[in-house]
Amino acid sequence: MKLTDAERGMLDGAEGAAVQKAMDLLVRYGEALGAERLVETNNVCGTFVAAGPMIREYASKGNDAIFSEFNLDSSEQVTMPSVKAYTCHLIMGIDSEHPEMRQLSEDAARVQSEGERFFGAKGVNMLSTCTPYQVGNVPVMGEHCAWMESSAVIYCNSVLGARTNTEGRESTGAASITGRIPYFGLHIPENRFASHLVDVKIAVDDMMDWGLLGYAIGEMVEEDIPVFRGLASQPSLIKLKHFGAAAASSGGVEMYHIPGVTPETKSEEGALGGKPPRQTWVYGPKEQRAAYEKLNSTAKSAEVDFIMLGCPHNSIEQVWQVARLLEGRRISPNTSLWVFTPRALKEIADRSGYTDVIKAAGGHVLSDTCPAISRIMPKGTKVVATDSAKQAHYLPAITGVQAWFGSVADCVEAAIEGRWTGGLR
Amino acid sequence: MTTITLRGRKVVGGVSEGEALVTSETISGWGGIDPRTGKVVETHHELCGVSFKDKILVFPGAKGSSGWSQYFHLARLAGTAPKAILYNRTTTKVALGAVVMRVPALTDFDRDPLSIIENGDWVRVDADQGIVEITKKDS
Repeated sequence: MKLTDAERGMLDGAEGAAVQKAMDLLVRYGEALGAERLVETNNVCGTFVAAGPMIREYASKGNDAIFSEFNLDSSEQVTMPSVKAYTCHLIMGIDSEHPEMRQLSEDAARVQSEGERFFGAKGVNMLSTCTPYQVGNVPVMGEHCAWMESSAVIYCNSVLGARTNTEGRESTGAASITGRIPYFGLHIPENRFASHLVDVKIAVDDMMDWGLLGYAIGEMVEEDIPVFRGLASQPSLIKLKHFGAAAASSGGVEMYHIPGVTPETKSEEGALGGKPPRQTWVYGPKEQRAAYEKLNSTAKSAEVDFIMLGCPHNSIEQVWQVARLLEGRRISPNTSLWVFTPRALKEIADRSGYTDVIKAAGGHVLSDTCPAISRIMPKGTKVVATDSAKQAHYLPAITGVQAWFGSVADCVEAAIEGRWTGGLR
Repeated sequence: MTTITLRGRKVVGGVSEGEALVTSETISGWGGIDPRTGKVVETHHELCGVSFKDKILVFPGAKGSSGWSQYFHLARLAGTAPKAILYNRTTTKVALGAVVMRVPALTDFDRDPLSIIENGDWVRVDADQGIVEITKKDS
């Protein structure tokens, strides 16, 4: 790989041992990719604080040890310097302010709060959400980023027109202290064209419609870039957030084009770079039904114990919607309802009274994590209902629960009745 | 005994050999494998419940969460990583995962390994030379 003089200096240790290890990893990684060079980045979203049961086992060795092993792939322990690039922390292990979660894992709460202080002091901003673009990290068109979190990556590339590949914990760690990432994949303009056409034959309008479309097309195109034909209704942030998260769960979609919506897409032909599509897919009632059935394939019992809303983390608009659906009602004593939103938006929910409405109905508003990341659900949970295709995809695999996927209204009804009565309507 | 030779591009150097575990389906890391056991856990995956520990894992590529590398990194630390990996489609997930797993890895083959290598074949990977030698199990 070709390195600049500055990059060569970092590799030779001119900026200390940690930066040297970081550059060593970036070179090994760049060569594994077949990349020719690195690119400068000043927007990194990664994971630093020890989260998850396996990494916490290493936490006793201290945060420099965690950083060395898991953020630099260095077996030798080095001291983390301050970050060189603007760096944000993604979702974490637990919500330490939620009593039930805290009680379940006192040790995790301590490790997390020590980690927040350590990495915060190095310049890692504790956004603590899978949706950095909802709380102030909104890259501009063309900006080179190094982001983890597949649902944020697809949003960053498609909706914002910024450029990032799906980075990992180690590569974002290395990027944070070097300001570099391999110039590969979606950093390169000619790799951002669509190769597949998806011809949408049915109306895609509400949140559930967008989730099902995302889940279906992830299976169709896998890691390729689709352009859509026939999407007539105007989507919003929350619909595209949900859609992208679903597509990045069933497949590895990192970018898509919707003419008239995504900023790099003037036309279908332009999105395809003037070439014919390599493959054309049709999305009609049959495909929608198949996506719905696949998402609900683990669900056998209609007796729902746990309702999870907010994956990816809810916008304040979504928290308000949940509060409206719950106003003056009370959830079943047999169910728990957890609504996830970024900590910064929780502050707004508190001030706007939504948290109180949800609490009065027997639900909770949580931040910082989700059940799939924390692996914490209310005790005894066997059957989950969620409005998230991503959570319905991952939770059964990770925790062995059954999962129902449906609309937010169906999920709130399930919380109140204790029974799943949702469906594809 | 017949051996078939494939040539590919080095992703991570080194030499290793073992029994092949082959899937035509892309693999998820986070939410797709259990690093403690080396088993695939994705509900709909054809390898669900099967461990890749000490196998030569042959697969099309990575999908899903950006926790891919971290989960295969944890598999290395837990001693459940495959002995080598061979894959077709380069993405950041699988390339970074290969780097942090620190096992021999190859891609960009002259012929599709998924159509040649079958479960149980004995596979020797010399990633430094870019060579894969396959001894068919029934030969």
